[in-house]
Formats: sequence, C-alpha cells, structure tokens
Amino acid sequence: MTDITRTDVLIVGAGPVGLFAVFELGLFDMKCHLIDILDRPGGQCAELYPEKPIYDIPGWPSISAQGLVDKLLEQIAPFKPDFSYNRMVSSLEKLEDGSFRVTTDENEVFEAKVVVIAAGGGSFQPKRPPIPGIEPYEGKSVFYSVRRMEDFRGHDLVIVGGGDSALDWTLNLQPVAKSVTLVHRRPEFRAAPDSVNKMYAMQEMKQLEFQVGQVTGLTGADGQLSSATIKGPDGDVEVPCTRMLPFFGLTMKLGPIAEWGLNLHENLIPVDTEKFQTSVPGIFAVGDINWYPGKLKLILSGFHEVALMAQAAKRIISPGERIVFQYTTSSTSLQKKLGVSG
Amino acid sequence: MTKLTFIAHDGTHFDMDAENGSTVMENAIRNAVPGIEAECGGACACATCHVYVDEAWTAEVGEPEAMEEDMLDFAYDVQPNSRLSCQIKVRDALDGLVVRVPARQG
Repeated sequence: MTDITRTDVLIVGAGPVGLFAVFELGLFDMKCHLIDILDRPGGQCAELYPEKPIYDIPGWPSISAQGLVDKLLEQIAPFKPDFSYNRMVSSLEKLEDGSFRVTTDENEVFEAKVVVIAAGGGSFQPKRPPIPGIEPYEGKSVFYSVRRMEDFRGHDLVIVGGGDSALDWTLNLQPVAKSVTLVHRRPEFRAAPDSVNKMYAMQEMKQLEFQVGQVTGLTGADGQLSSATIKGPDGDVEVPCTRMLPFFGLTMKLGPIAEWGLNLHENLIPVDTEKFQTSVPGIFAVGDINWYPGKLKLILSGFHEVALMAQAAKRIISPGERIVFQYTTSSTSLQKKLGVSG
Repeated sequence: MTKLTFIAHDGTHFDMDAENGSTVMENAIRNAVPGIEAECGGACACATCHVYVDEAWTAEVGEPEAMEEDMLDFAYDVQPNSRLSCQIKVRDALDGLVVRVPARQG
C-alpha cells in the first residue's frame, strides 16, 4: 500500500501567495505541505521574471521577483513547511471524515482536512508549438519531454527549438538516434554557448543537421510521423523524420484541478470574499486562480486573501476552538511561534 | 497623442490615440483588439502580443533586442517584421503606426 502523507493543510502551488499562506496558517498552528509542478518555489515569480522588479509590494518600493520569493521563504521558515516539487496534483477525493485525499502524477497520496489551491495561472506545462495539425501525433511520434532515451533509438529525429532543452537533447540523443536534425528559426540560440559550440562542431563533422527555419507542417498517418515541412530562408524543405521533440517553453494550464468538481468561471475558481472558499467546503482558492467580483490579480490581493482564508481553515481543523485575533507586534504567543520571543 | 492602427486578422481596423511612453500592447488591451493576448502582462516573458509591423514603419520602429528575439522563438509564423508589441514604446515619431495581428498567438 502507498504511504500516505498527512498534513493539516495541503497547498497546491508554491508561488508567492501559496508561500504566504504558510505564514498565516502557521500563526494558527496549522502545518502545511506544498506541492508544485516546478522544481523550486516561487511560481511565475521564479519561472517567468525572477529579475524583474515589482513595485507594488507594500513596504518594498522595489523588489525583484526572486527577491520577494527569497524573503517569503525566510518569513515562513519558522513554520517548517514541507515541499514536494516536480509534481502535479491529479485527483481529489472527499473522505468520510470530511478530509481530502489528493493524489499526484507520481502516485503519491496526501490527506489533509483543508486544501488550498494557490495555483496562479495554472500548472506550467510544455507549450504546444505553433505547428498546424500537430495534435494527432502527440504522444505517438511527437513528444514534449524525454522520459527514456531508448524510445528514440534508431529514429530519424527532428528537434525544434533554440533553448537549452533543445540543444541538450540534440547533443544527448545524437549517439542514440539514427539521425538528428535541429530546427530553429535563426542561427542564434538562447542556450549555453558551450552546447551551441558543440552542436556546430558536430554539424561540421556531419554528425547532425542544423536547419534554420520554422516547422510549418507535418506529414504522416495514424499518429506516426514521416516528414516535416520546414520553411527556411530559401523556401520549403521536406525533412524525413519518425520522431519529433518540440521545445517551445512552458505555458500555464488549469490541468486536472478542472476535474475536481468545483464550480468554475472561465478557468478560474469562484470563491466567496469572506473565506475565499470554493463551492466545496474545505477547499479554498487564493491568488490569481480565484475569481470574485472586483478580483484583481495582484500579489498583494493574494496576501489579503490568505489571511482571511486562514481563519476559516482554523475553524475546520479545530472546530469549537475560540479564535483569538492577535497582532504579531504584541502577541507573545505569536512571537513564540515565529521564534522571536524574549 | 500618437495615432496607432491595429489591423486584426479579419481585416478590421482599430484606430486609437495612444499616450507617448505607453507600449503598443497596452493600447491593444485597452481597446480590446482581438488576437492580442499578452498573457504575461508585458514582462517580455511570453510571445502572445506578437504583431507584424507595417513595412512602411519597420525602419522607424527598429529591431527587437536579444531578449525579445528569444521570445519570438515561441511565436507563430515569425517574419522579418515581427515584433512583440509590449516592447514597442509609443513616441511622436510613431504617429500613424500600423501593425497587423497574426492569425494566432502561438
């Protein structure tokens, strides 16, 4: 039987709002476990614009997105949250005792009395490249990641993209595949210069092909690719191939949360503005993923939302217990939790 | 005020007065030009505000910087006159600028 990880509150998404939820919940002695599809905390702040300044965090006239994430991690450290990275939540089931069982795509099982969805714009997933008619080939001969290198052995492989993933897999799969053609719309790359130099050296030695251009069409049958049309500077070129790996970065999708039986509003989760609770009691949604009249997708709004959500979560986890409103400035008990007393 | 025109993929013209210093993308969003998604909100972190700059304006608008070129890798049917509209700042010299919206954003 699979091990079950039990926690008070399971937080889906470790972006700024998910992280600050740990703080507000922690003040009420609730233990948190965060799950994120990325390999580190910070969500969009860390993935999309770590070096960009944010100007509307109260008290910080300017702070970089990564700087904010670092400060939040420091702020929640006293509450010792647990993190599971590189995971996507898949299913959610309500148990008889009112708690929730959440399973991830790695088949881990979590049980928590409260689930907080702080999933921002959704989970980061590989972006479908702008190639018309690609859908029937996906998962059959077009793949967005390499699970096993062996799957590409003996294949004529086309890799599309100009970043590190495209370059790294070009170099790594070259010895395995029958042939490798790298396709990128220009001769400049976003990848580590060392990989780019290696690629050009291998092209010199005719170990691989590098084609400047954009893939405009695919040919094949029953999901099995036979060639790709590449629009290059000198017109269309037909490149025979049996496997394709497009690397076009990441996009955000609501993903399996859409199947959790919550009411949705255009891919957002409607909540009330007292508790930020969804249509299912015990499941809350905070930050960019929720919707209510007047909603603003601001980090600071998310911070406010988690403070109110924490009060409601406490009533679920410790029913009947009196909730005392306290300030961190003056409450010795809160200061003790923060490790700053005395 | 600087005049801008967006030509949507279906040929509809969207004429607007834009404030200098604002980005071309911001004006598209304010005027609800269809086909400009601007998913990342103008951080040059996606490629969903891709436009084709009218040939008469490419010299004045200028070339994309390296970061923008990187992002254009993710756009659909990139052409020599492709730009991300969040990276074009409105200024007097662009009065009358015409940009076209591509068939799709990614």
